[in-house]
Amino acid sequence: MQLVLEKRAERSTVIALISPLIAIGLTIVTMSILFVIIGKNPIAALNVYFITPLTDAYSLQELAVKAAPLVMIAIGLSLCYLANVWNIGAEGQFLVGAVAGSWLAVKTHGTDAGAWVLPAMLLLGAIAGALYALIPAICKVRFGASEILVSLMLVYVADLLLDYLVRGPWRDPAGFNFPTTAEFDPVATVPLLLEGGRLHLGTVIALVIVVAAAVLLGRTIKGFEIRVVGAAPRAARFGGFSSNQLVLLTFAISGALAGLAGIIEVAGPVGHLQPGISPGYGFTAIIVAFLGRLNPVGILIAGLFLALTFIGGEQAQIAMKIPLDITKVFQGILLFYVLACDSLILYRIRLIMPQRKAADGAA
Amino acid sequence: MLDSGSGHARSGTVLLQTIGLTKRYGSFLANDAIDIAIRPQEIHALLGENGAGKSTLVKTIYGLIQPSEGEMLWQGEKMVLAGPHDARARGIGMVFQHFSLFDNLTVAENVALGLDGKESFKAMSARLEQVSQQYGLPLDPKREVWQLSVGERQRIEIVRVLMQNPKFLILDEPTAVLTPQEADQLFVVLERLKSEGRAILYISHKLDEVKRLCDTATILRGGKKISTCLPREETAASLARMMVGTEIKQVKAVAHRQTTVPRLVVNDLSLAPDEPHGVHLKNISLELKGGEILGIAGVAGNGQDEFFAALSGERLSRDPGTIVIDGHAAGHLSITARRKLGAAFVPEERLGHGTAPRMRLSENALLTGHAASGMVHNGFINTAATLATVDRATESFDVRKAKRDPEAASLSGGNLQKFIVGREILRNPVVLVVSQPTWGVDAGAAAVIRQALLDLAAAGAAILVTSQDLDELADIADRIAVMFHGRLSEPLMTADADRETLGLLMGGSALTPKDVPDAVGA
Repeated sequence: MQLVLEKRAERSTVIALISPLIAIGLTIVTMSILFVIIGKNPIAALNVYFITPLTDAYSLQELAVKAAPLVMIAIGLSLCYLANVWNIGAEGQFLVGAVAGSWLAVKTHGTDAGAWVLPAMLLLGAIAGALYALIPAICKVRFGASEILVSLMLVYVADLLLDYLVRGPWRDPAGFNFPTTAEFDPVATVPLLLEGGRLHLGTVIALVIVVAAAVLLGRTIKGFEIRVVGAAPRAARFGGFSSNQLVLLTFAISGALAGLAGIIEVAGPVGHLQPGISPGYGFTAIIVAFLGRLNPVGILIAGLFLALTFIGGEQAQIAMKIPLDITKVFQGILLFYVLACDSLILYRIRLIMPQRKAADGAA
Repeated sequence: MLDSGSGHARSGTVLLQTIGLTKRYGSFLANDAIDIAIRPQEIHALLGENGAGKSTLVKTIYGLIQPSEGEMLWQGEKMVLAGPHDARARGIGMVFQHFSLFDNLTVAENVALGLDGKESFKAMSARLEQVSQQYGLPLDPKREVWQLSVGERQRIEIVRVLMQNPKFLILDEPTAVLTPQEADQLFVVLERLKSEGRAILYISHKLDEVKRLCDTATILRGGKKISTCLPREETAASLARMMVGTEIKQVKAVAHRQTTVPRLVVNDLSLAPDEPHGVHLKNISLELKGGEILGIAGVAGNGQDEFFAALSGERLSRDPGTIVIDGHAAGHLSITARRKLGAAFVPEERLGHGTAPRMRLSENALLTGHAASGMVHNGFINTAATLATVDRATESFDVRKAKRDPEAASLSGGNLQKFIVGREILRNPVVLVVSQPTWGVDAGAAAVIRQALLDLAAAGAAILVTSQDLDELADIADRIAVMFHGRLSEPLMTADADRETLGLLMGGSALTPKDVPDAVGA
């Protein structure tokens, strides 16, 4: 008996829709086994992970707040991945955007600068993220360097840059030597949507970006260009589309969105620049992009789901003493299953029985 | 005809024989009852045009394809192959036209991957060196493949097969990628293998080579065996005639098409390839008037793909004047700019080049239509316009499909080709460059497409058709030129272009005055 992957005549739309659900199901089964191995009750653990965070208003708001950066970054990444360009360094672009925007917040700290500060910070964050993302893009187009490696390595450069700044030049003089800048002024802070709540303007921006991406991909010639370059490069060249230009464009957009997410995170929920502002948003967004089928609406849903794992992970640590790293294991397993299940869209699994061989031999 | 083999001094023992070997794909007969007999110490040529069924036949003999009917005898006994491993176990080896080597591994590592791994790597390396020296195929086992020339890479493939000590070797167009000098070296090796008592099946369409090297030749055409002959007793012309078919179809009487101003002019175009195996285009010039169809014949891989890319603008030329479209120098212009000048292009590959396979027809209409029709407004796609193009192409060219706007890949070859040709013709081009317009499509679709090309020319467009199907060119072209090794021959009037002349030009045999027929069949 043999297991064979057989190519389908047409891609299966049914599987394309349910493949993320199969992946989530398999991940939960695997996680349950893992919980048993580390001696925790899997039902209780899964309950804390996935159900509890959905039961109170505060957690629900927190969910949206955590999902906002994931969705923003994943939208940008999905444009890259659709065009068959591999930006793995969104985490670095996120940090650089946070740093660039924070520069203005630090410079204007304690002055009577007006309401222009926050928009300028957001703009700076987006521009810096885009420029930072253009480094691997230019290296790829100009020298043929692997954008995967270059963008990934630049994550660590950005991480250390941030670390240096908050421990050195930008450290809050009144901060008891903690590696952090001063709390940002109100004009440099992303406003809350409701007083006393958690939702902030960034969640609205994320929604606007989802709609814009849906229009770009579905209605414009640029979106078509992105899709066709990724799906059939030779046909795209025949159509007159330059893949090099698209590498630069998709990297710049995804870098800008990651940078924007970075500065919103710093100027919003965190309130100051410090190491560890990201629990790995830039990497988790890769999973969000694929779990969401590289589709803007799908990414919105997937972003909320993965935000749940962050919140669930924190609560599981508090309530059941489950290590926080389990969240990363969870996300890794999920990506693995998503990619594995995706092959079922174009292939079907078939069991080949040994009779055929026997018949051949007898013939 | 030589079917008994009595012409050979060697013993009559037949090493491999096929009896009525047939391979059917649906209603298409790739191989139609082929009988062939190969003896030890024989180099047997398998001659035929592309699509004649050569590959199907050798893949069947090598166990890659199961025959639909007929049988094979190996040393007089019935042979059923479950796969290539079965063929190799019997002593059948094959050197493919396309190498399967890992660039980043060494020669020895590549060879080891193809063997069963029963001997140690060290012993295998030593044997590799010994075999390569013995046959004059020098190879350094420790070198990595990416450092090697194409000829050296082929040596690896040959040595890999020789290390299994085969009784019978199949070589698929081995000289296609070699320089003349490398080919000469290869012939010495093949002669030597023959003298050791091995049999060789040598696939080629280069007539001079076959005459020089091969003892016997079997000629296939349209899936059928035409003849088995002694190539040394034939002329290149007679071989060519058998290969491309003797019966000259009635050339469609060319109506009095008005030829107008030159629409497409190529001036001394030379272009180095951008790929290692690419063909260097050399000094190509042609002039094509409105209302005229120029056919370009030639065996695949002689520069047709490169020429298409140069004409379409997928590859740019430094000198704008090398390509003139409707009076505008266009050598430096992108494909989009050339489309705006009124040019349209239909590439050979339908899926992946002419269309994005997993995209809808409307999106594939947009692929080439975005430049010069009302499909895009301010960057936004006018979906109604793209769908309208699909509907018009469907109606005018009888495109049959399951729904209004399916994925390109779901259409049959003929229907997709009708859509692609229709998509371009509906843009009313002044110049149409089309490559293999009816390759692999059914007869009905082929007729629709050819008629569409004739109609477009009648409407005043200049059409350049590249095809390996000489019947097709005879049907629709006014003039025919032949491409060989990146050069384009002087165009002949279709009426003067008999198969013998074309076959010789395609095989690269230079025309000498006595070869030029004084009487023309048409």
